[in-house]
Parts: sequence; C-alpha cells; structure tokens
Amino acid sequence: MNGVRERLSSRAFTSVAVVIAVLWTTPTLGLLLSSFRPEEEIKTTGWWTVFGTPHLTLENYGEVLSGGTNGAGRLAESFVNSVVITLPSVLFPLVLAFFAAYALAWIDFRGRDALVVGIFALQIVPLQMALVPLLKLFSQGWLFLPAWHLTGPARFGQVWFAHTVFALPFAVFLLHNFLAGLPRELIEAARVDGASHGTLLLRIALPLARPALVTLAVIQFIWVWNDLLVALTLSGGTAETAPMTVRLASLAGTYGNEWQRLTAGAFVAALVPLLVFFALRRHFARGLLAGSVKG
Amino acid sequence: MSFDVVAQQPKLLYLLQGVAAFAAVVSLILLALHRGPVRRRAAALLLLAPALLLLTAGLVLPGLRTVMLSFTGGGGDAWAGFANYVWVVTDPRALVALRNTLVWVVLVPLTATSVGLLYAAAVARSRFRTLALSLVLAPMAISFVGAGVVWKFVYAFRPAEAGQIGLLNQLVVTFGGEPRQWLVDSPWNVLFLVVAMVWAQAGFAAVLLAGAIRAVPGELTEAARLDGASPRQIFRRIILPSIRPTLLVVLLAQAIGTFKAFDIVKTMTGGQFDTGVIAHEMYDQAFRYGETGRGAALAVLLFVLVTPFVAHQVRAQRRAG
Repeated sequence: MNGVRERLSSRAFTSVAVVIAVLWTTPTLGLLLSSFRPEEEIKTTGWWTVFGTPHLTLENYGEVLSGGTNGAGRLAESFVNSVVITLPSVLFPLVLAFFAAYALAWIDFRGRDALVVGIFALQIVPLQMALVPLLKLFSQGWLFLPAWHLTGPARFGQVWFAHTVFALPFAVFLLHNFLAGLPRELIEAARVDGASHGTLLLRIALPLARPALVTLAVIQFIWVWNDLLVALTLSGGTAETAPMTVRLASLAGTYGNEWQRLTAGAFVAALVPLLVFFALRRHFARGLLAGSVKG
Repeated sequence: MSFDVVAQQPKLLYLLQGVAAFAAVVSLILLALHRGPVRRRAAALLLLAPALLLLTAGLVLPGLRTVMLSFTGGGGDAWAGFANYVWVVTDPRALVALRNTLVWVVLVPLTATSVGLLYAAAVARSRFRTLALSLVLAPMAISFVGAGVVWKFVYAFRPAEAGQIGLLNQLVVTFGGEPRQWLVDSPWNVLFLVVAMVWAQAGFAAVLLAGAIRAVPGELTEAARLDGASPRQIFRRIILPSIRPTLLVVLLAQAIGTFKAFDIVKTMTGGQFDTGVIAHEMYDQAFRYGETGRGAALAVLLFVLVTPFVAHQVRAQRRAG
C-alpha cells in the first residue's frame, strides 16, 4: 500500500517537472523553427504546421544579417559592435577589481575595513541612479571633469566606462571574498622570502584566483552582451555603434510584424551567450548566487 | 545595404587602442610595484587607485547628483522643490507605473520561485539533473530582449478569419474561443508581460534551490523514508525547513531584479497600453522626453524601494552560507 502511494507521489513530481520543462522550452523552440521558415509562411501559418510540410530556408538569416530592402537588418554590423563593447567591458573591470581585491585582502593598511564596506555597499546603487549624470558628464563635462565630446566609434569608450564602473562593486566583492578566504600561510611564506607585492599578485594570487576570475568573466560577459539599458543610453543611438540588443529591441518596436527578421535576429543575438552558457554552465551557476544582487 | 567589412575597421582599431591603453596603465602599476620594497600604504593605494577613481567619478558623484537633479525642474537646473516627487504620486501615468511595479514585484518572485522550487524538488536527485536544469536556465542566457521577442511571438494576434501564428491564440481558437490581443487589453496585459519575466527568471531559482536540496543530508531523508514518510511528507517536513534560508535569498534576489525590470517592457510594449513600470518610465522621462528631474526622482524612488530588500538580502545570504 505504502509503496503504491510512494510511486504515485514521486510520479506526480516527475510529471510536474516534465510539464514545466515543456512549457519552458516550447516558446523558444517555436521561435527557432520559425526562423528557418519562408517569410510568407511565418506570417500566415503557425510554426506547429512545419512538421507536416517542412519548407526550410536560411533566407531570414541572410536578410537580418546584411540588411534587406530597407536596411532593417544589418545585424552583422551590430554583432561587431557587441563584440567591441563586450570584450573591454569584461576585461577592464576584471583586472581593476582583481587589483583592488588583492590590496583589500592581502595588504594590511589603516582604513582598509571602511573601504571594504564602502565598496561593497555601492552594490545597492541601481545603475539608473547614475545614468543621467553620466550622460551629462560625457556631453558637457562636470565640476573638474572635462566633456568627452566623443563621436563615431569613440562612443564605445562611454559604454566601456559605464560597464566597468557598474561591475566593480560586485567584482571586488566576489574576488575579495575569495582571496580573503585563502590560507594566510601562503602569503606569509612568500613575504618572508622577500617577494614584492608585484610578484605576489602575479605569481601567487592570480593562479589561485583563477576559478573566481573565470566565474566572474562568464557572468560579466553574459551581462554585458545582453545589456540593453546602458547601450541604449550611452552608445549614441546610431546604427554605427548600437549592439545587437538595441537593434533587436528596435526591430521589435518598429517592425512588430516582421517576424521573419525578429525570429532570426533573436537567435543571432542569443547565439554567443548560449554558447558561453552551455560551455561554462558550471561557472555561470556558481556565480549566480554571489551575483544575485548585481545590476 | 550589404555588410561592409571596411566600415568595421575603425571600430576594431579603436578596440585595439582601448585595450592597449589599458594594458599600458596596468603595466605601469605592476612596474611600480616591482620596484623594490614599496611601503605597504603606497602599494595598496597604487592598486586601489583606478577602482576608487572610477567608482567616485562614475557611481558615487553621479548618484549624488541624481538626488540633486530630482529637486530640479524639467531639463534645466532650476530648483523645483518636491514638485517631481509630487508628480510621481499624482500623475496618472506615473501612478500606473507604480501600480504595475507593485504587481510585478509581488507576482514575479513568488511565481518564479514556486515554479523553480517544484522543478528543483523533482529533478534535484535525478540522473538528468544537469540537462533538466540547463533547459530552464537557458532563458537567462538568451537576454531579456530575446525573452521579450519569444513571448511577443507566443502572443501574436491574427483576426479570427485568418490562421493564427501565435501559440496562445491558436490554443484559444482550438478550444472554440475568440483570438485576443493579449498585449493591448489593459489591465490584463500586465500579467502577460509578467509571464515573460517569470519565464526568464525561474531557472535561476531552480538551479539555486536544486543545489540547496542536494545539500540536505541523505541520512535525514532516508530515516524518514524508513519511518514510512511519503515523498510529499519528506518534502514538506524535512527538505522545506532545511532550504528555508536559500529560499529567502532566492525570493529577495528575484524581487531586486524585478524592481529593475526594463528590457521586457521596452521590447514587448514600449510601455504602451498602461504596461509601464518604474524602471521603464524613468528611461522614458529622462531620455525620451528630456524630463531629467522626473527621471531622477523615479531613479531615487527605485533606489529607496530596492535598498531594504538588498539590506535584507545581504543578511540572508550570510545565513544561507
């Protein structure tokens, strides 16, 4: 009797899981299948009919990548922009946060604890709090800071700056926790040998912190690649510097009915983060908890 | 309008310049550190300087300035007292954004965490755990913009006489109903946006909770099973109390993320049809209408609303380990 009830109960759990898994994958599957269907068919019949009459094509991808009749595509250009925006926006905060975290964790100096608390506390400032003044700073300068007056590709500098700043509090937090948790003997032994902080940082702290750095890089990469708000406000709003998220959001807004472009565009934009995600899933999941305050 | 490779070269050049300049700064710092025995304070200052300068110029000062801007009028810097805050609590459009934000913050964390918990409980100890969790976590990698497009397509509307292309309307029609414009009809359209956010967020909850469930000692559940407890009883009496700290962390994290929800609204409706939320309204006021004061007031409001959640979250995270 008990065995029957137990089986039923765990079967209920399993069927709930299957239902959730189906609900969570079907919408994406529908979009993916649609992206390979001819424009006419996407707009007239549902994607579920594809199993009966499969007409598959790569046309939508060609059109969305290199622009169609009215230049609504050109995702290839924004793909380049996404790469140009993302690489420095991951590298810069990673290195600077590592420097800061090393100093806060391994160098004893007065006022250290106050700095640690201060930098950690900055995690609570939503980026909305800084956007308007940042934009003014770049365009008009402020107090002792000169205006940047950036044009063309130089506008990427604004986006790098913003992403680097916004990432620092969380990155310092994560790396400091990691470095501070390592055994002190490691450092003390090296100090006795007369190693400079430069040597300590590169030869001992860096190799030890590699797992934390990879986790951080994955989280930051997916964050920046998928960011819309910073790109929308600071990349200058032209096709020349807009990353894929901005193009995709404007496609969704302007051409709400151009499903052949939207479906293919969504997958071009999601391709890289999905690859990163599946290749480094473990690191991503590990960083989730630590990063649950990020943004 | 084909893809022009030559036009991309300045960008890649700029990228190289940027990275090279950064590398130069980093090398200088490392060189200075290597030069013999630097005093402790000097070494610390050298390493902290870039981060502290950037945080001051890019976050602390702008944050303070936003607070000041929220007391100024329009696009200028004329003092306006509390006018912007009065606008926030009296203007119909701002009130709709407040109402929707409240709906979002109540519904998204509760729904996403419940779904995540059920799913985690079912797959945490199964052989297909990794695959199962990947399926629900993948939407997180797709980006909120992508999630917005995915769900816009699910909600797509065609008149009754045409064939439906949206999954939801097809289901409605199959069961003999009339197709509807899910994203247009207020106030229910807010819920259809919420669904997209839940879809994007539930995987996060599932992964963290599955980790917590796996950390529950096997002896406990085993002993209960031998005493004749059903899986449901084991879940309710043993697993749930053990993972309570993580559950709180997940709920708070979802709430914090939901307050800042912007991309989904921007992508799916652009804030039309009374679907705006604070984060989106802030963007519209500050960057579309040039109402810097109002945008700043909304940003300050967002900060004030999120802060208690974050404070709580930091405490809860310490307890959850």
